[in-house]
Amino acid sequence: MPDNPEPNHDEPSNSRSAILERSAEPDAPARTASRLAVAAGDELEGSGVRFSGVTKRFGDLTVLDQLDMEVAPGEKMVIIGPSGSGKTTILRVLMTLERPEAGTVEVGGEQLYHEERNGQLVKASEKHVRQVRRKISMVFQHFNLFPHMTALDNVSFGPRKVLGLSKDEANERAARLLEVVGLGDKFGEHPARLSGGQKQRVAIARALAMEPEVMLFDEVTSALDPELVGEVLNVLRDLAENTTMTMLLVTHEMGFAREIGDRVVMFDGGRVVEQGPPTQIFGDPQEQRTRDFLRAVLDRE
Amino acid sequence: MDLTYEWDWEYAWEILPDLLDGLWITIQATFFGIILAMILGLAFAILRRSEVRAISWPTAWVIEFIRSTPLLVQLFMLFYVLPHYGIRIDAFTTGVLALGIHYATYTSEVYRSGIEGVPRGQWEASTALNLSTMTTWSRVILPQAIPVVIPSLGNYLVAMFKEVPLLAFITVFDVLGEGKAACTRNFQCVEPYTLVGVLFLIVSIPSSILVRQLEVRLARQP
Repeated sequence: MPDNPEPNHDEPSNSRSAILERSAEPDAPARTASRLAVAAGDELEGSGVRFSGVTKRFGDLTVLDQLDMEVAPGEKMVIIGPSGSGKTTILRVLMTLERPEAGTVEVGGEQLYHEERNGQLVKASEKHVRQVRRKISMVFQHFNLFPHMTALDNVSFGPRKVLGLSKDEANERAARLLEVVGLGDKFGEHPARLSGGQKQRVAIARALAMEPEVMLFDEVTSALDPELVGEVLNVLRDLAENTTMTMLLVTHEMGFAREIGDRVVMFDGGRVVEQGPPTQIFGDPQEQRTRDFLRAVLDRE
Repeated sequence: MDLTYEWDWEYAWEILPDLLDGLWITIQATFFGIILAMILGLAFAILRRSEVRAISWPTAWVIEFIRSTPLLVQLFMLFYVLPHYGIRIDAFTTGVLALGIHYATYTSEVYRSGIEGVPRGQWEASTALNLSTMTTWSRVILPQAIPVVIPSLGNYLVAMFKEVPLLAFITVFDVLGEGKAACTRNFQCVEPYTLVGVLFLIVSIPSSILVRQLEVRLARQP
């Protein structure tokens, strides 16, 4: 079922160009910010992320094996790799959904799981974790919207409860974000009445509403019907091109990865197999493992 | 042997007001009892899920202990033992306490199933939004868990209603207590006990039907 997200507006669709055109006025600054970028808090600086020796095990299975990895502020990093390679676990460790057994994670120069006490690095209190976690937001494969809240409440809930915005302020922010992801007419709908693509756009708006410095996208188009993938990728593309947020994306959309990634990281067996700019990874992969993986994925496409 | 019994309508009519008074006590005990069971059961369910073992284990043990002993024993414990420790509460309150605590162990199981029915993604989204534990429970998890378990709680309401007569053992004059009193006063027991049974039916059956309808309605929802 094709979406017609903005029947009340003149624009026929929320395609990338439509989003961009709306704000690309003649006297706009040199780096034209999209409405989405502005609504998402464009002035925010992205934070860098650093994993040092991060190990995560599930029973006997080592999912992350002494991972060392750095993400620059504002970088758009795409993580690819076979399923079970640990690529989703990277995001989940960063979001504190899984606690690592060893190693440290730094976000914007601050330790996530540790804090300094008397010159020593000790296990962080929940309060500290919570404070550092504020910088991070995540969009999930299965949306994880709150089914008992409307689209608007889903987006405004976090700002109200966590950022301390008043109900009016939070609703205004939520409305603005829903508008720019093309859901201006869906404020009052509950998730059950939205298509997969619409749900995922609400989820993106919900994550953006927290004004994160680092945004994590965990296979956000994998659960979508093929014809709904485009509308979500359009929003992501806009964010990638027009915001300074740091973005980590786990995806199977290779064309998309090539297009928006500053860097592509090939992951397998809990380790980084190969990394580099998209042109290198997709055009001239050095590792056999990467070649095999890309062939398998691209053949399927 | 003559098995016919001459039903005494006049006697039945005479004792009915007392029985209705008793029924009112029974209903009140059930009402306060289930409220206590619902609140305490929820607390049990949440504490039992705590990641802090010093909280979850004792809770699990208390639940196991309460569930493994008869309600009547708990009634006697509260009624005859507590006063030795200087805690004096009247018989009705003691009965409500015992009912509430006992049934809380069952309602906590009901809540548990409801809470476990909430997808893990809801917890994860709450973490990703940095919601406090309190907000996650009160605004995300419980609003989804509780509607599902309301019919099961309703079943325990009916079950509890039928157990209130145990309170007669600690001198609470519920409907059975009144029946027994009428019986011993007049040496005529068929009418009071029959009426007591009928009164229970009159309340229980519609309640059960109501609960079942609630179940059907909730099942129909997406």
